[in-house]
This record gives sequence, C-alpha cells and structure tokens, in this order.
Amino acid sequence: MDMEKPTNQQRQLVIAVTALNAIDSPGPGVAVIRAIRECPDFDVRIIGLSYEALEPGIYMHDVVDKTYQIPYPSAGTDSLFGRLLHIHEIEKIDVLIPNFDAELFNFIKLRDKLKALGIHTFLPDLEQFEARDKMKLFEFGKKHGLHVPADRVIFSSRDLPSVASQMGYPMVVKGKFYDAIIANTLEQAEKAFYKIQAKWGLPIIVQEFINGTEINIAALGDGEGNAISVIPMRKLYITDKGKAWAGITLEEQSFIDLAKTFIKATKWKGGCELEVMQTSDGKSYIMEVNPRFPAWIYLTAAAGQNQPASLVKLALGEKLKPYTDYEVGKIFIRYAWDHITNIAEFQKISGTGEL
Amino acid sequence: MKLKKNVATSEEGFIFNPSTGDSFSTNPIGKDILVLLKEDKSVKDIIEAICEKYDVEPAQFEKDLDDFKSQLSDYAILD
Repeated sequence: MDMEKPTNQQRQLVIAVTALNAIDSPGPGVAVIRAIRECPDFDVRIIGLSYEALEPGIYMHDVVDKTYQIPYPSAGTDSLFGRLLHIHEIEKIDVLIPNFDAELFNFIKLRDKLKALGIHTFLPDLEQFEARDKMKLFEFGKKHGLHVPADRVIFSSRDLPSVASQMGYPMVVKGKFYDAIIANTLEQAEKAFYKIQAKWGLPIIVQEFINGTEINIAALGDGEGNAISVIPMRKLYITDKGKAWAGITLEEQSFIDLAKTFIKATKWKGGCELEVMQTSDGKSYIMEVNPRFPAWIYLTAAAGQNQPASLVKLALGEKLKPYTDYEVGKIFIRYAWDHITNIAEFQKISGTGEL
Repeated sequence: MKLKKNVATSEEGFIFNPSTGDSFSTNPIGKDILVLLKEDKSVKDIIEAICEKYDVEPAQFEKDLDDFKSQLSDYAILD
C-alpha cells in the first residue's frame, strides 16, 4: 500500500468528525483528525461536530477548522438529520466519521440518507453493530468459536445475588455503553449497579471476571470480510478509569488472527476496537468490541498503518489492500495540556452552536 | 536454552518482548549472557565465556545461570 507516499495532487476533502472530548477519558475525535491530517494524499478541512461547549477539540483551531454543535443522540434521527443538512449546505461534507458508541445507532440509521446527499460514511450495518453488542457478545462468541466471558443482562439489582451464585466473585458490572466496575461482594455489586444505572441507564451487564493481561486491538474492516489493518497494543499505564495513558504496539500473530476472525465473521465495515484478556494459559478472551476507533488510534498511524486515513479512502469507494507491516514497540504516552482560549470563543459556541 | 526469536535486546542489557509488551533490564553479566544466547551458544560455552571474563567459579556460576534461566522462562522470553 502506498499510503505514505506523497501524491502529486492532494485530494481536497471536507471531513466531519465527532468526539472532540480530548479529556481524561478521551473520545477518539482529535486522534482521528490528527491521523487524517498526516495523510499526504489529502488536503482536508475538518468540521468538528460537538455535543458539549467544553469539548477541547472545539478550541484547537489547528486541529478543527470549524465546529458545529449537534443534538444529543436522545433527540433522535430527525433532529440529527436536520442539523446535518444545515451544516452540509454550508460545508459540503465529503466524509463523516462518528466516534461515539452512543451516537452510532442514529448515524447508521441515517447512512443512506446521508449518502444521497453526498456525505460518505463507512459504518457497520445494524446487524453487524448489534452482533457485537455487549448484551449479545457471548452468543456471538459461541457461534464463531471465540472465547467470550459468560455474562447476564439484568434490569434489577434484585437479580444480583442469583447471578453471583452462578458466577462467583469477583464479577464485572458493566454499563450498556461505557463503564465497568469489578465487584468482590454483593454490596459492591449493588453499589456498582446503581452507579452505572444512574449514568447509562438499564440494562446492566454482569460479566464473568477473567484474570490476565489486557490487550487492545484496533482494526479496520472493509465490509467484505477483509481486515485492512490490525494493530495490537498493550496498555503500559492505566488511569483510574481504566483508560490507557501509555501503550505499546505488539507483535503477536494470535491477536492479529483473532481480529481477522472477528472481521471475517461479521464482515465488519469500519473501525473497531477489540478489548482482549489473555490468560496465563494463553487463551484470548474477547471482553468487549467497541464499534468505532479507540482514543489511541493515532498509534496506528505512528506505527505505519493509518487506519483513519484508510477509512476515509474506503468511505470514498477506494479498494484497499490489507496492510502487512507495522512498527513493533512503538509507544504512545498521552499528556495533559492546559489549552488557553477566551470567553468570546466559549460564548460563541455556547450561544450560536458554532465556532 | 534459547531466546525467542523476536525478543529484542540492546547493548545496555534492555530486553523487550514484543509479544507481550514486557520490558526488563539486566546487569552487565546478564547482558553478556543474553548476547551469548542470541549467538545460540550452549550452556557449556556460556559458562566458559563468563568464567573467563569474570572472577567466578564455574560451579557457582552454573547455579546462578540456572536461576537466571528460570527468570527468563517466567517472563516468557525463552523458546
């Protein structure tokens, strides 16, 4: 693949990206943009799509050229489509990359309508999206011969004792979109249940605890069963929210094969992240499949497989050959930086929904 | 006793296992042993080479080498 070779003529593109919340539990948007901007084949104008006025990416003008606020996912697809239509009339968006789990359902629903407007996406269909859903992952694993920890989907904390009697402690209490808390007692499990319910609603997933080394795999599927890129990473430093603050690319064929099996089985279309636990006896359990790029996605570009730029090309209809090489031992170390802005900018995004 | 093929070692005695992401540091004798392992030297060759370079009895070193081997094995960097 000649991804890194400069071309004579860079393609001019307008690309809209969500998840500009580069905070302590970061969204992937800023990393996705960074990778796309580094691709020598494109000359891009980046349109940020934000939900909150204090998403840092909004104010990073060398990263995002212009930001528009969009309605929360709970407002539904009509409201989102109306807003996107307005933005598209001004910006003429070529490619749109949503990066939040919670918004994906709406964007997938709008895929065809967006395409009719000339806005390209590269998203899984609803069937693929739901197959990897936390609530169905165990069945999915059973069907395709992949190791997935046992789980139970519950709607009431009253179910916790019976789940605990089957699974034993510790067990992992998880939200439908985000958050996972390890519980060692019924009291801890109940506390975790209510904490996650308050944030993400019902149901709650209780998952068997698997002890091992956590590996994350960023992958890009072409929608026809081929994995265009697979990069395994081990977290070297983990925050109290379980997020990677540093990580390193690995060379381990079994992880690459695991991601390829997943992509082949689902014909996955788009970016995804497999959260894997490798036990001491060498078994790799898929703990979760995130249906979008992870926040550490820039590492794939740094290691030689620019997944966000490849996704843009796929969205525009290019056929890509799978990458074969990447740099092993490439490390990312995240850092915090106090970006300075002024009240006028904050006022503008808060008042007009644009900056 | 063989190092896994993809295990990287540096001149400073830094070991990186690219399959797991683990990294370790060794002292100068450990580094010399790793260099010899990379050259596919036998245990006998390693004992000879180290005892020639350092002031250590072969019997004592053989015991230490055994411990070192267990450590390398625990860290999954031996074949």
